[in-house]
Amino acid sequence: MPAVTETRETVEKLAKSSYEWGFETDIEMDIAPKGLNEDTVRLISQRKGEPQWMLDWRLKAFRAWLEMEEPTWAHIHYPPIDYQDAHYFAQPKKKPGPKSLEEVDPELLRTYAKLGIPLHEQALLAGVEGAEERLPIAVDAVFDSVSVATTFRKTLAEAGVIFCPISDAIREHPELVQKYLGTVVPVADNFFGALNSAVFTDGSFVYIPEGVRCPMELSTYFRINARNTGQFERTLIIAEDRATVSYLEGCTAPQRDENQLHAAVVELIAMEDASIKYSTVQNWYPGDDEGRGGIYNFVTKRGICRGARSKISWTQVETGSAITWKYPSCVLAGEGSVGEFYSVAVTNNHQQADTGTKMIHLAPNTRSTIIAKTISAGKSDSTYRGLVRMQPKARNARNFTQCDSLLIGDQCGAHTVPYIESRNMTARVEHEATTSKISEDELFYCRSRGLSEEDAVGLIVNGFCREVLKELPMEFAVEAQKLLQISLEGSVG
Amino acid sequence: MSGAPTVTQDAVRALEAFIQRSAGHGAALAETGLPTRRVEAWRYTPLRTLADTAWHQAAPLASEAVSTFLDRLPLPENGARMVYGNGRLLEGLSALPEVATQGSENISPLKGMFSATLNAALGEKGLDLRIPAGTDAGLLTLISLSDGDNVSMHLQHRIVLEDGASLTLYDVNAGEGRYIANPRFDIVVGKGAKLRHVKLQRESLTGTHLAIVSANVSEKGEYDSFTLNQGSNLARHEAVVTLGAPHAIVHVNGVQIVDGQRLNDLTSMIHHAAPDGSSRQTVKTVLSDAGQGVFQGKILVDRVAQKTDGYQMNQALLLSEKAQINSKPELEIYADDVKCSHGATVGALDDEQLFYLRSRGVPEAQARDILVRAFLIDALDLVADEALRDLLGRSMAS
Amino acid sequence: MSDFLKIQGLQARIDADGTPKDILKGLDLEVPKGEIHAIMGPNGSGKSTLSYVLAGRDDYEVTGGSATFKGQDLLALDPEERAALGLFLAFQSPVELPGVNNANFLRTAVNAVRRARGEAELDAVAFLKAVRAETKHLSMSDDMLKRAVNVGFSGGEKKRNEVLQMRLLQPSFAILDETDSGLDIDALRIVAEGVNSLRSPNFSALVITHHQRLLDYIVPDRVHVMAHGRIIHSGGPDIAKTLEKQGYTQFLEAAA
Repeated sequence: MPAVTETRETVEKLAKSSYEWGFETDIEMDIAPKGLNEDTVRLISQRKGEPQWMLDWRLKAFRAWLEMEEPTWAHIHYPPIDYQDAHYFAQPKKKPGPKSLEEVDPELLRTYAKLGIPLHEQALLAGVEGAEERLPIAVDAVFDSVSVATTFRKTLAEAGVIFCPISDAIREHPELVQKYLGTVVPVADNFFGALNSAVFTDGSFVYIPEGVRCPMELSTYFRINARNTGQFERTLIIAEDRATVSYLEGCTAPQRDENQLHAAVVELIAMEDASIKYSTVQNWYPGDDEGRGGIYNFVTKRGICRGARSKISWTQVETGSAITWKYPSCVLAGEGSVGEFYSVAVTNNHQQADTGTKMIHLAPNTRSTIIAKTISAGKSDSTYRGLVRMQPKARNARNFTQCDSLLIGDQCGAHTVPYIESRNMTARVEHEATTSKISEDELFYCRSRGLSEEDAVGLIVNGFCREVLKELPMEFAVEAQKLLQISLEGSVG
Repeated sequence: MSGAPTVTQDAVRALEAFIQRSAGHGAALAETGLPTRRVEAWRYTPLRTLADTAWHQAAPLASEAVSTFLDRLPLPENGARMVYGNGRLLEGLSALPEVATQGSENISPLKGMFSATLNAALGEKGLDLRIPAGTDAGLLTLISLSDGDNVSMHLQHRIVLEDGASLTLYDVNAGEGRYIANPRFDIVVGKGAKLRHVKLQRESLTGTHLAIVSANVSEKGEYDSFTLNQGSNLARHEAVVTLGAPHAIVHVNGVQIVDGQRLNDLTSMIHHAAPDGSSRQTVKTVLSDAGQGVFQGKILVDRVAQKTDGYQMNQALLLSEKAQINSKPELEIYADDVKCSHGATVGALDDEQLFYLRSRGVPEAQARDILVRAFLIDALDLVADEALRDLLGRSMAS
Repeated sequence: MSDFLKIQGLQARIDADGTPKDILKGLDLEVPKGEIHAIMGPNGSGKSTLSYVLAGRDDYEVTGGSATFKGQDLLALDPEERAALGLFLAFQSPVELPGVNNANFLRTAVNAVRRARGEAELDAVAFLKAVRAETKHLSMSDDMLKRAVNVGFSGGEKKRNEVLQMRLLQPSFAILDETDSGLDIDALRIVAEGVNSLRSPNFSALVITHHQRLLDYIVPDRVHVMAHGRIIHSGGPDIAKTLEKQGYTQFLEAAA
């Protein structure tokens, strides 16, 4: 069965009124005591078997974090986070020989099944012969804080592609990690980024060598499982000259009352003529109808187009989390390089999202495009926040930005906060933004043709988001469309 | 992190002088201090250059200086005129419109906004007038002149238009020297009343202009403003306009022409606090040399302000390599049945248009001039009063 | 006579996203005083580039050869100096100038050119009289003078506006860059009449076109076939008819 169909089936299972994926898996956990101090950082580094330089790097980040203040400028409100009241390390207890698939905990495989990870991938995890060739997507499944199994290493290795948990990369490719880690998001870049740098437990590492077009889409499923365990993923993707890669990130989370902190960092590096496409469907648990629970999602994502004519494209569909704080950005340092940001952010009930992008044009002839669609329903609040900066050397640089907000119901808010800064007369910036309600005429028209109100809303919202959804890889596009509709359930009528 | 400046000892010097002058009204000022770039509202407009001076009160303005100023300013022949020199009314030159009566109200406070806080601490009595219901007060030209070094002026104007009243206020600002002009306008527009506020800011090129206007517009009332920011070393025109009752209409338009190493800033907050309001804003900025332009425009729509119609356009034209523009158009919307949009563009003159003009024989300098004027014309056209539009057009051309 | 417009070995390139692309590759052409020449050629042969290079557009870099007009080095002049010297380019798709009043634009251009030619400037009344005479002749409405230059003009209106400018600026050399594209027969006739009315022993023109059609109305003295950035064949007006019937192949083959 093709993965697309399976993904659709997975998604269809989702189409129930309440959040289904709120189960917990009963696996013995190896959990570090609550609290955050230098010893926590040392413990994480030691459990990961990291070299000294990595520990030093973490400690540097931790010390920087201690000096920093939690940012307050975003249009979000939440009770103070007690950073000492959380576990920073949780690892499913592994039997010896973790690389052997037979030894993967059967409970874990059942979790994948419930999560709807396509059968092929499960088969692969279970060690079925020949499953590898039939699969278009490679999965680096993150179960809580540890990558339990990584698939496809062989096929990718033949192409020279490295795709592995970052903790493996630290051990196996230290020269690459040391060369690039923290070069796009420095340890002291921001409060949540510094926290991540100190305590990140896992994430993905991708290296595409010169001239290689990655033979498959790379994909990671995230899942938060242990109670009160923050997730601190760290992803690093490097595309050498003329390399091309498409990376998919998707996530779900179990339902629970306590708020959970998620502070990921993603760094992308594109060299000359390289291209990185990074797509996200974010569906963390958003909290219940009354705003209880839900994930706090503070993410730092940034890519640098280092080489001439390189390209970085971010596409995101954000439907989950109680709080989303996220600005996938591009630093356009290579002449003629291209940055793109396509975003759909949906908030419902008591969700809050403050998301957008930064396009920093450093070099001549750089181009950027920003298309952001914001949909607010229920009592939610959603903000687009973006920066376009043309530096003095950005001759003939261009930006086009379009931000559209749709309001459903009169208890929500939609905000647009663009910053436009230009220091080069030949650079051109165009920005447009609109805010409106969902059209009564369109709703009526759909319903008079027999659609339910919710289907009509889904249809109109998907139309509103079309420009962004078409940027998603096929596997995600179907899932994303469903998610939009599910997220808006109960918002009309 | 970017090197955001902290409050220095110098800043304390300026503040201390202000607080000392305020005779006990400086508590709020002491609390907020001089804003640095860390303060979001001032991130693009640093007040560093003000920090090292103990700004004192200006001496009365000599009458020769007054006539020199009046001769070179673009002023209308007709209408009433109120002239202030260094923060004092020049009675011999001033008369209110016939229908106006003297008001007696205090300036309403504006919390957390530096220009207002500074003005509140050091306020000097300015216009205090009330236009009776149903009367048209015609044109009033308000001329605020400043002359001197290391001095500051803090005029407080209160203008109340009763229901159905109308007034055209031509607000002219000019001076010479290194001073701070910090005028505050507290404006109330009654039901169906209409105030046209046309402002010309041509302060001294070494001066600082920190103006703050609050206007509250009642049902079917209209506040129609246009600001030409053309002078000052550093100038901010800040407007906080509230559509406080249904069917209010607000325009906050402007043009900024900035050269040298100067900075001009137009910051506005248009607050839709009632249903069926309409707001329009067009701001155009032309920058040459190492000029810096700032536009910050926020449209806030409250939950009750259904059927709001808000539109905002800001455009900047960069004519030189060192010019820079910082622009922050902002929508904050809590009502669903609204139509709000903004657009922004930044760029240089269009090469194709320039070439077209030159291919028709127009010399390059003249061609540039034509295109700059064309860029500004639709903003200037928004000044409804023809005579004032011509005066501003003349000012822009010079 | 032959030193009116003289182009020798002209080479020009454009920067296409960072890589220079050669378009004119050694073009030779002479248009004597009083003659009308046509250039025909397939798409991408460099016809429009030639007109832009002659009119002085910055985007093109001249990398070799020369172009002289009335004995002056044309390539050393600014666009407005070329206009004052009598060169006029009728654009294929004239740009819009939002906010620039058409009448005002015309007067500014006319007086700038007159000034440069040492003629007296026209005052508002004299100018308006001159314009009115022309607009009437071109069946243009007065409304077109009040609107912003080319903004909201239909294709035909834009072309008329170009002809109006040409009539007012009284050039001694006009280049018509595919002026016929997208025109109906009436508009075509107006453009042709505009050019023909200027015909005199002191006026020359270069008509760049894709179709024979325009040349039924503006009969050229000579026709040049352009391909790959060069003139590959020249001859009498009959060539145009041959081209219409048989296409460019035979000329391309002969040149290869």
